[in-house]
Amino acid sequence: MQLNGGQALIKALEMEGVEVIFGLPGGAILPVYDPIIDSPIRHILVRHEQGAGHMAEGYAHATGRPGVAMVTSGPAATNVVTPLCDAYMDSIPMVMITGQVPTSALGTDAFQECDTTGITMPVTKHNFLVTEAADIPRVIREAFHIATTGRPGPVLVDIPKDIVDPRNPRSAMEWYWPESVNLPGYNPRSNGDPAMIRKAAELILASERPVIYAGGGILKARAAEALRTLAELTDIRVVTTLMARGAFPDDHPLALGMPGMHGNFTAVTAIQRSDLLIALGSRFDDRVTGRVADFAPDAKVIHVDIDPAELGKVRVPDAGIAGDCRLVIEELIVALRELGAPDTLADSSTWKSTISGWQERYPLTYEPSEPGGLLKPQYVLEQLHAACPDDTIVASGVGQHQMWTSQYWRFNHPYTWVNSGGLGTMGFSVPAAIGAKVGRPDRMVWAVDGDGCFQMTAQELVTAAAERIPVKIAILNNAYLGMVRQWQEMFYEERYSEVYLSPDLPDYKMWAEAMGCVGMRVESPEEVAPAIEKANAINDRPVVIEFRTDSGEKVFPMVAAGASNDEIMTDDHTRPALDIPWSR
Amino acid sequence: MVPPSEAGAPNHHLLSVLVENRPGVLTRVAGLFARRGYNIHSLAVAPTNDGSVSRISMVVDLGDTPLPQLIQQVDKLINVLEITALAPSAAVEREVLLATVSTGADHAAELDELLAGLDARVLDSSGSSTTVVVLGTPEQVDDAEVLLAGFGVVAAQRSGRVALPALGAPN
Repeated sequence: MQLNGGQALIKALEMEGVEVIFGLPGGAILPVYDPIIDSPIRHILVRHEQGAGHMAEGYAHATGRPGVAMVTSGPAATNVVTPLCDAYMDSIPMVMITGQVPTSALGTDAFQECDTTGITMPVTKHNFLVTEAADIPRVIREAFHIATTGRPGPVLVDIPKDIVDPRNPRSAMEWYWPESVNLPGYNPRSNGDPAMIRKAAELILASERPVIYAGGGILKARAAEALRTLAELTDIRVVTTLMARGAFPDDHPLALGMPGMHGNFTAVTAIQRSDLLIALGSRFDDRVTGRVADFAPDAKVIHVDIDPAELGKVRVPDAGIAGDCRLVIEELIVALRELGAPDTLADSSTWKSTISGWQERYPLTYEPSEPGGLLKPQYVLEQLHAACPDDTIVASGVGQHQMWTSQYWRFNHPYTWVNSGGLGTMGFSVPAAIGAKVGRPDRMVWAVDGDGCFQMTAQELVTAAAERIPVKIAILNNAYLGMVRQWQEMFYEERYSEVYLSPDLPDYKMWAEAMGCVGMRVESPEEVAPAIEKANAINDRPVVIEFRTDSGEKVFPMVAAGASNDEIMTDDHTRPALDIPWSR
Repeated sequence: MVPPSEAGAPNHHLLSVLVENRPGVLTRVAGLFARRGYNIHSLAVAPTNDGSVSRISMVVDLGDTPLPQLIQQVDKLINVLEITALAPSAAVEREVLLATVSTGADHAAELDELLAGLDARVLDSSGSSTTVVVLGTPEQVDDAEVLLAGFGVVAAQRSGRVALPALGAPN
């Protein structure tokens, strides 16, 4: 079958099972947009290319399938650098197609030319510049294979115009679909080393103070069930990092919640005082470890990761296992049972009762608002959670609202938390929520956003309104770049440099309505629940609720940047007594 | 290869990297080194007998990075087929030096005498200058460079180390 390169590209995407492309056309990618008209693939026309990238990420977060975005060359390609980097940092499977100037014009500073593969090399798992139409099916096949296997990540495919333009003879090709992928330099490992798994099982049996440190790799490996089996077999408490919220149910008796800079006291301190840290798909991020030299000083470490380069990158493991998290956990469960678990587990009753004591003594707390005062963001989140189905998907931007959402939402299902962890991309939530809703139209999808974040990508609500994608947005409007304000208050002597945004400029309600959404503004506690109820009843268009929140509210607990996790501040006024057992 | 260093001293390792012979692959390898803060001390790259594969021989200064960490990071590159760290005892290494030195008539015999003691020969000469090639282990080439400096070096180019695993050496 004779096709042109543009047709072959779309057909290759169909062969990969792509159901939706997020994108925006332009000169160099024009020929590829023509066959989209005849394709069953849905295309969602974004208002800014960054939105396409984050939508593809949100789609991938919610479905586990690779998100696909397509944009033109030059400025469009540079506009997707942020989502690519975001996906790279958080290991999100994504395939990004970019247009490029014709091969004959490459390197001539042509109109809308940029060195896309050069620019994106450090922020993609791999990228391709395709120079022959005949290579298109093979490269697309390879791109999806690389994006979705091993440690997932973004792959970019740069397509010069001449190889897809039917008016150019260079676009002619004979269609084929490669039966297999031939990438001799790419062999991701899946099963763990049996000897190391045995050693890990022995470490678990001997431990008196174990903690499971579950990371985003649990979700990528679809290992939530295996994790639960492991935790229940061994009766070991589980912390879930920011990227792993939902990987283990918050309502489970073994759940300790989120560790890290804004983690709860028990999750942070259980790690610190543990004698065995079972790191599963987590990467010892600086936001989790605090000062590395003081991180879990007495703990032996089991580290399971699909990426061998993560083993020993930050902390040298006692048992480092390169492999797929689900397979390795299943192998570990078998090894534990062979060694007589649970009967042969060391006694950890003192540890468990100590942890329970911390949970009682140091719960997450906040001061309710004074009568007539501004809303507390934590109160809004409690009300929002109470009014939504348990399997609601929640997206967030980056900053205080993100931390409060992670803290106060109860995540009981995998793939219900969509956020930007590694890169910390403000403006992530609106487009990511749209992508998640496209992937899971059966689910309620809320974005919890800050006022600063909302202003970065709000234009995608026009996309959502036009495409009838009924996402719901809760803006926690504290009139500030809140997390920056918090740092300036705590670490820069309350010198508030360039963080004030204003509570009513822009008018969020009017802005939402101008974009085709239902807009609401909520200022008092008694209005919160009714507004959410009204929003949840709307299913034919996006809804934006602006909650006017207290700008003085800070996120606690907090471990200051560069400090030891032992220096956790539980609230504004007090620090926990340092009479913690097993302290050095 | 220099043994693991004291604080601050170079921590050199010799790596042999087989890569797909495609445009941009060297950029990927070099870019990774720059991003991760590894320093390339010397670099030699050329196609192997299999034209679709190139071999990069490089000496890297690891600083505080553990060698396995660097190897794993490089190995993640899709176009990297194989990476091996070569210990001096398990490798055969050579380096080439081209040097143009000042040679008046009174020094020509002296230069001939020097070259006779090396694996070296004259490639080119004019009235006052001579270009020589020296082949040897990196240490031999170091020594040759010192000796040639006595004549006054006008220009010099070292190839960087090329290496292969020694036959029968343990991995």
